[in-house]
Amino acid sequence: MIGLISYLAFFATMAGILAIAVLGLNLQWGHTGLFNGGVVAFFGAGAYGTMLLGGPPEPGQFGGFALPYVVALGGGILIAGVVAWIVGLLTLRLRHDYLAIATFGVAVAFENVTRNADWLTGGARGLRGFPRPLEAAIGDTFLYGLFFLGLVLAVLLAVYLGLERLVNSPYGRVLRAIREDEVSARSVGKNPTRLRLESFVIGSMIMGAAGGLYVSFYAFVSPQDLAPILTFQIWAMLIVGGAGNNRGAILGAFLIWGAWTLSGFALSRFAPDAMQLYTGSIQYILIGVVIVGMLMWRPQGLLPERVTKTIYQKGAKKGSVIINKEVI
Amino acid sequence: MIQNLVDGVLTGSIISLGAIGLTLIMHMLRFANFSYAELLGIGAYTALVFDKLLAVLFPALSGKIGALTLTGTLALSVLLAMVVAGASAVVIDALVFKRIRAKADALSMVFASFGVALILRNVITLIFGQKAQLYSNDIAFAIVVSRDPLLLIKPDQVFVLLAALVLMGGLHLVLTRTTFGFALRAVAENPVLAQVSGVRLSVIVTSVWLIGGALSAAAGVFYALTNHLSPAMGHNFVLPVFAATIVGGIGSVYGAVLGGFIVGIASGLALMVLPSGYIPAMPFLIILFVLMLRPHGLFGEDQG
Amino acid sequence: MSAVLQIEGLEAGYVRDLPILRQVNLTLKQGSLTTIIGPNGAGKSTLIKAIAGIVPISAGRVVLNGRDITGIRPDEMAPLGLAYVPQTDNIFRTLTIAQNLALVLRRLPDRAARLRELLDTFPPLAEKLDDRAGALSGGQRQMLAVAMALATRPTVMLMDEPSAGLSPKIAAEVLDLTRSLTATGVSILLVEQNVKQALRVADHCYILAEGRNRLDGPADQILSDPEVAAIYLGGRRVGAA
Repeated sequence: MIGLISYLAFFATMAGILAIAVLGLNLQWGHTGLFNGGVVAFFGAGAYGTMLLGGPPEPGQFGGFALPYVVALGGGILIAGVVAWIVGLLTLRLRHDYLAIATFGVAVAFENVTRNADWLTGGARGLRGFPRPLEAAIGDTFLYGLFFLGLVLAVLLAVYLGLERLVNSPYGRVLRAIREDEVSARSVGKNPTRLRLESFVIGSMIMGAAGGLYVSFYAFVSPQDLAPILTFQIWAMLIVGGAGNNRGAILGAFLIWGAWTLSGFALSRFAPDAMQLYTGSIQYILIGVVIVGMLMWRPQGLLPERVTKTIYQKGAKKGSVIINKEVI
Repeated sequence: MIQNLVDGVLTGSIISLGAIGLTLIMHMLRFANFSYAELLGIGAYTALVFDKLLAVLFPALSGKIGALTLTGTLALSVLLAMVVAGASAVVIDALVFKRIRAKADALSMVFASFGVALILRNVITLIFGQKAQLYSNDIAFAIVVSRDPLLLIKPDQVFVLLAALVLMGGLHLVLTRTTFGFALRAVAENPVLAQVSGVRLSVIVTSVWLIGGALSAAAGVFYALTNHLSPAMGHNFVLPVFAATIVGGIGSVYGAVLGGFIVGIASGLALMVLPSGYIPAMPFLIILFVLMLRPHGLFGEDQG
Repeated sequence: MSAVLQIEGLEAGYVRDLPILRQVNLTLKQGSLTTIIGPNGAGKSTLIKAIAGIVPISAGRVVLNGRDITGIRPDEMAPLGLAYVPQTDNIFRTLTIAQNLALVLRRLPDRAARLRELLDTFPPLAEKLDDRAGALSGGQRQMLAVAMALATRPTVMLMDEPSAGLSPKIAAEVLDLTRSLTATGVSILLVEQNVKQALRVADHCYILAEGRNRLDGPADQILSDPEVAAIYLGGRRVGAA
């Protein structure tokens, strides 16, 4: 019984951490229409940043400043924000898909650094030795699991409430207006580039917070934790739950993480031995199918966006390439 | 130095081939296609299958050509792989992208292209395995062109560079000498006026997928011939081909060709100052650099 | 003279349920030059774009030479005998003049002969065949655009403000050229902002306002109509000017 509860707590902790990242992505994609092709890099910047600032000193290793936990986590979040700010500054005034390319590039560069910059990131062996917050005070592993779950859910709730306030404020309406029709938004005196940059940076900092919680939980981080598939998983969570809907984003995170965990378990249990090496590939294909399938058949997700977009809706949506009745 | 430069030119020719179709698709359909580079993988592995098949059917052709490790069957297989990859590009568009752009915006296509790339890459992994493979297990001996500075070149590399240049030259002739080429350039410049001038857009878009798929397949085989095949090869070319299109300016075929060489050579030269583990990030740095200085590329025709 | 192009009760616009044109009727007679004038935003350009298939039509009919062509795709125009010269960006700047012409001529069986005819009609183009079209002067660009439209021997040509952006002298020359084309048998529907010049060369005139027919008649009568003069010609009678 304890084992089951303990496992469920572990599952919910992971799903909750991912849900926070999905909320960050929802601010970017769902509410502002920004495509982030390198979610893993911002999650990772928060993860490594928190670890470097909060971890114990180690010989030959940069970082290990052993700062208080809250300061370390905040620093990690800030690092994710700075990376987002630089990338956004360079790309957000350009064609909309340049951001996708640049963020994808950030993820590749980030992976290169985590694998190769041993002095900074520990290279392939990663960084370890993070004192988990209040672990000594609580002592018991089972209780600590529950405590950490509570911590994650509290952060999730705080991020959710904060975002709900943000997107339902006049500010949020302007963000959606920019998403639907940048020209109109500009014509009423809004600076779309600055607002998109703000949204992109805030969303990335939320992803960084998720990364910071992730390393706090494992007290360890290595390039294996930050495989490119994480980006795809987080997208799948958002698109299944419903882009533009924060509750949908959370629902999607738990559903997809559940499906991922179950499919991994089922494949390792029932797939023939010869296939065991390739269960990962099968799961990746499933994630890809979920993303493409949702975009094709139910792009609004399970919980569609509640705000109507009729004011700015046009006969031909921005970016569609139907020219003069010819669908090309 | 010289060795890095020569290797960079070779890589550059492969990137250029891979970027030509991408730049046109990004321009005409207005979306960054992250699944495009998987066509290199599709092409390389298709050629592997045809090579094995043809070697059984026509053993007489399976001998090596001159000093190359390239065999007669593989040479034929390149052509077949170009057809298959071109057709795959058209089919993927019809199955996925066409349906999405009929009802959603261009960024949804960007999103979908990530999903398509993930599916394609892992289907290749499932079929062919994760391990790197070679077309031929014969050792490709390099020729010492110069001892000081040391310059080694494999005959296969010379073949690849020449073949890439022949393909680009052929495309140049099509673009500058045929009315089909004029129509293609017309659509790239002004799709509505092209329609008014009697050009059917869907025909041109299908042609671009076919041409782009075929050139990417050639690029994939050329890469695999001078390096190796692996399911990750498409993924590894995503950033280089995007960098080439951005350097050259989206929509410019000649820009993409030049951009490919610039990215290849820059990555080659970067090896002199950077550990090889950082080289995959080189195209990203080039992208940032170009976006800072000339956001519309060196030959940019795209103002959007 | 019989009608080559007839517009009946046309409604069209870029946005669904928000037509720019409402119940527009128009007749273009064989061999005539008919101009459409009206204030900014009257829907003049929208009208010929709708005929050419560039703006969606929600109601009404377009009949060309007795055939219903409502809602064709723009690339289907040429074989039906219809041509359209857009206002701006009406040539391919990155192609040479020869390539621009070869593109529109490519489906013609006698393209070589037709090219010679066009170059005889527009001698300045013959001298610059291998120049990039983007390098042409404003008047020569319009000439190339007209040559491209005429290439497929249309019976009806739609022209959107050919004089826009040209100096008064060149504008008058372009309109004279347009007038002279009707002698070859092509009927022309001309949208113009330059009302005086348009009325000078046209046979017939339609005035659109707020997407509807306002007035129509022979160009010389419109020219001397006091109401028209008051609204569109700055309060002076053109004949007296």
